[in-house]
Amino acid sequence: MSIENAVADTGCQDRQIRHERGQRAVFCGLTSIVWLHRKIQDAFFLVVGSRTCAHLIQSAAGVMIFAEPRFGTAIIEERDLAGLADLNEELDRVVNRLLERRPDIKMLFLVASCPSEVIKLDLDRAAQRLSADFAGRVGIFSYSGSGLDTTFTQGEDTCLAALVPVLPEAKRDAARSLMVVGTLADVVEDQFARLFREIGLEDVHFFPPRDSQHLPPVGENTHFLLAQPFLTETARTLQRRGARHIPAPFPLGEEGTTGWLRAAARTFGIPDERFEAVVAAPRERAKRALSAHKAKLEGKSIFFFPDSQLEVPLARFASRELDMTLAEVGTPYLHRQHLAAELDLLHKDLVIYEGQDVENQLDRCREARPDLTVCGLGLANPLEAEGLATKWSIELLFTPIQGYDQAGDLAELFARPLNRRARLEV
Amino acid sequence: MQLTVWTYEGPPHIGAMRVATAMTGVHYVLHAPQGDTYADLLFTMIERRDKRPPVTYTTFQARDLGTDTAELFQSALADAYERFKPQAMLVGSSCTAELIQDDPGGLAAALHLPVPVIPLELPAYQKKENWGAAETFYRIVRTLASPRQGQERPKNERPLANLLGPTALGFRHRDDIVEITRLLESMGIGVNVVAPLGASPADIQRIPDADFNVVLYPEHALSAAQWLERAFKQPYTKTVPIGVNATRAFIAEVAQIAGVSADVPERTRLPWYSRSVDSTYLTGKRVFIFGDATHALAAARVASKELGFQVVGLGTYSREFAREIRAAAAEYGVEPLITDDYLEVEAAVRDSNPELVLGTQMERHIAKRLGIPCAVISAPVHVQDFPARYSPQMGFEGANVLFDTWVHPLMMGLEEHLLRMFREDFEFQEAPSHLGAAPQAPKEAPAPRELAVAAPAEVALAHQAAETPATPSALVWLADAEAELRKIPFFVRGKAKRNTERYAAEKGISNITVETLYDAKAHFSR
Repeated sequence: MSIENAVADTGCQDRQIRHERGQRAVFCGLTSIVWLHRKIQDAFFLVVGSRTCAHLIQSAAGVMIFAEPRFGTAIIEERDLAGLADLNEELDRVVNRLLERRPDIKMLFLVASCPSEVIKLDLDRAAQRLSADFAGRVGIFSYSGSGLDTTFTQGEDTCLAALVPVLPEAKRDAARSLMVVGTLADVVEDQFARLFREIGLEDVHFFPPRDSQHLPPVGENTHFLLAQPFLTETARTLQRRGARHIPAPFPLGEEGTTGWLRAAARTFGIPDERFEAVVAAPRERAKRALSAHKAKLEGKSIFFFPDSQLEVPLARFASRELDMTLAEVGTPYLHRQHLAAELDLLHKDLVIYEGQDVENQLDRCREARPDLTVCGLGLANPLEAEGLATKWSIELLFTPIQGYDQAGDLAELFARPLNRRARLEV
Repeated sequence: MQLTVWTYEGPPHIGAMRVATAMTGVHYVLHAPQGDTYADLLFTMIERRDKRPPVTYTTFQARDLGTDTAELFQSALADAYERFKPQAMLVGSSCTAELIQDDPGGLAAALHLPVPVIPLELPAYQKKENWGAAETFYRIVRTLASPRQGQERPKNERPLANLLGPTALGFRHRDDIVEITRLLESMGIGVNVVAPLGASPADIQRIPDADFNVVLYPEHALSAAQWLERAFKQPYTKTVPIGVNATRAFIAEVAQIAGVSADVPERTRLPWYSRSVDSTYLTGKRVFIFGDATHALAAARVASKELGFQVVGLGTYSREFAREIRAAAAEYGVEPLITDDYLEVEAAVRDSNPELVLGTQMERHIAKRLGIPCAVISAPVHVQDFPARYSPQMGFEGANVLFDTWVHPLMMGLEEHLLRMFREDFEFQEAPSHLGAAPQAPKEAPAPRELAVAAPAEVALAHQAAETPATPSALVWLADAEAELRKIPFFVRGKAKRNTERYAAEKGISNITVETLYDAKAHFSR
């Protein structure tokens, strides 16, 4: 959906990007529900799909499924496929039943899947229709998490983009404000809020918010900083509402975090001396935390399979802050403009693979025999059995890794598999 | 449309994957959108397989729709054949591809691959995982085990059996095969082919060489076995050997089919362990059983006849075997529960007030939530139920495993109560609970399962579920009743109080007397 556009957007880097097509071993966008529902605490995510969708979320969510989760699947059955009129009535019935059972829900997302897209079930219209029924009680939205449209973290992008139109309008004469876009662990969000305050930025909002009562305002005076690299659509819709994007690297590692914060500070005219004074101590802490892991990781080669679009910033972190060598960097999509600051920090000769043909990529990986392979759980054990050390990539989405105080943890995630292999004598 | 949070079974193509992954020399090309590859991690993570499942997905995306999905399928199939050179291939659609109506069977036939290509029709909007596994296995057997023209079955030196049904991601399938193979060996019977687990297409061809079939898991193998009986006159076993009695019955059945002696040494400790005085406290324990039909039926027999439990609930998510479960439930005098909605199961567990739950991964969590001991007897299961150690469910060693597995949480439960009972003694610190938090009454002990040394009647009184309303304001405890209440050990007192109040409210009694207290106790003791 977006690569062609993304490539057309820029094209400024003369970097080699190889496009690959073939079998893709990736999650679909539905998977992002697993962390989004934790973040927005009064939202429910209702997938309209098949038993496969329900099974996927169940497998991805692991034990979380047992904690009265705020997500579920309306499974389309044989009789629903007989006629589309029925299907809309059925959906209304399911939503009514759900909202009766969960009166605490203030936002309901109808999430489209491959089956619902293929039969052209119009969830946008369903959301509008249901919104009228529940006006004032529950906000009802729709977006697509289908594998036809979205890969893994793109589900967060389509979800947030669907929310942008209902963000309150910032007042025309309001002072300039900062919006941080992309899900961050609460602890990380709090750290950033503290740092921004110390730098002298008071009016900072986070999107997505922790609940429906705290939707951030947006307008001509909103400047937004992307906390995640996979927010193409969300950025576009924010820009359509007048907000301005602050180009920056992503807040991974000491260097990324500093670059990210500095971009915001400069946009808001914070003097460099003040900025440096505030970040000096946490920067030192981050470097200290990194040094122990760096000793173990420097010179080791790392190979990234495509998964979350975090691969490019992670590769930058691994190569520049841990002195690892990059065997291959794969990403499901590459938004050149959002990643411009990252790409500038990477070696000019590095080849980045966009898309995937998993069999060919596995051949390349086996040939390269990297010291560490970052890949999904479907590939990790088979590669371990072939003698390759792996780091399973989903953990990088569920673990707080952004910011100064998580830099050491992030390095540790890469160091742990190697550490373990060094210990084992069986 | 059905609102679902938890599903007991995946879609039917997962069943097909379980068969393909179980076998060697087979490759499955699945027409499916990007994202459906999530299923790989069930095999690589839960079962800890060291290889990727032999499945190629077409992973089509929006831009492929309408134009070239059929072409995409054909090139994926051709590439997969070239790369893996399997002896046979399976082709089929996942739920989304079923809707776009490319025809994998027809598209595959047009490629004229030099190996058998078996098309699978798996209706994703009607059927589920186990059905998908059974259908896939049946199709494979039907295609590959073709009758040899005019040839008699070879004369074997000794009777030969096939073991049918074990798949990838099967609950204890790996060890059940070992146990049953040993058992048959001890009867002088050889194993011809085990399938689908570990079998190649060439092995499937040899299935007709055996004298009879052992159906280990009817959910997966019954349709294939029935066809083999028609096509090759191979009888198949109807008893699933889980538990001592079922194993004995299985031996008798096999002896009769194979014409061998049923005199087999019983290497099992279950009968003696169950008769030893230590097990007396197991008598009449209320047990709730839920799982796939085969394991639930077997568990009910073992629970009631071999451990002396009382079955207070029996159910399955396998609608295909609802009739058998209904018949068994009638035998135990309980309402059968045929559902795939875990909320219904949770309600049934709550209502039947069990002291032990035997179920799947989901019942484990329900039981944890309710503070009831639990053991896992059936798929779906998590990684811990694919253990490194030998732990079959079938045969005599399986019976030993069942005894330990089911009694262990109860012993832990007893230990838990003793710890809580003496919690106020200075030597005991608060011990972390293996049962998990009991959310309804975090400060109070959960309903005790057993306390042989304490007062069993009060324990019985306390059996009712914790879900009782707070003291209705209209109720008054008279002084003597309150004094009597205080004589009840502290760890069941709260429950006794609530049950009495509930009883009084139901009977419209406003003044609670000693009589009311004991009436309530009689009412609730079972």
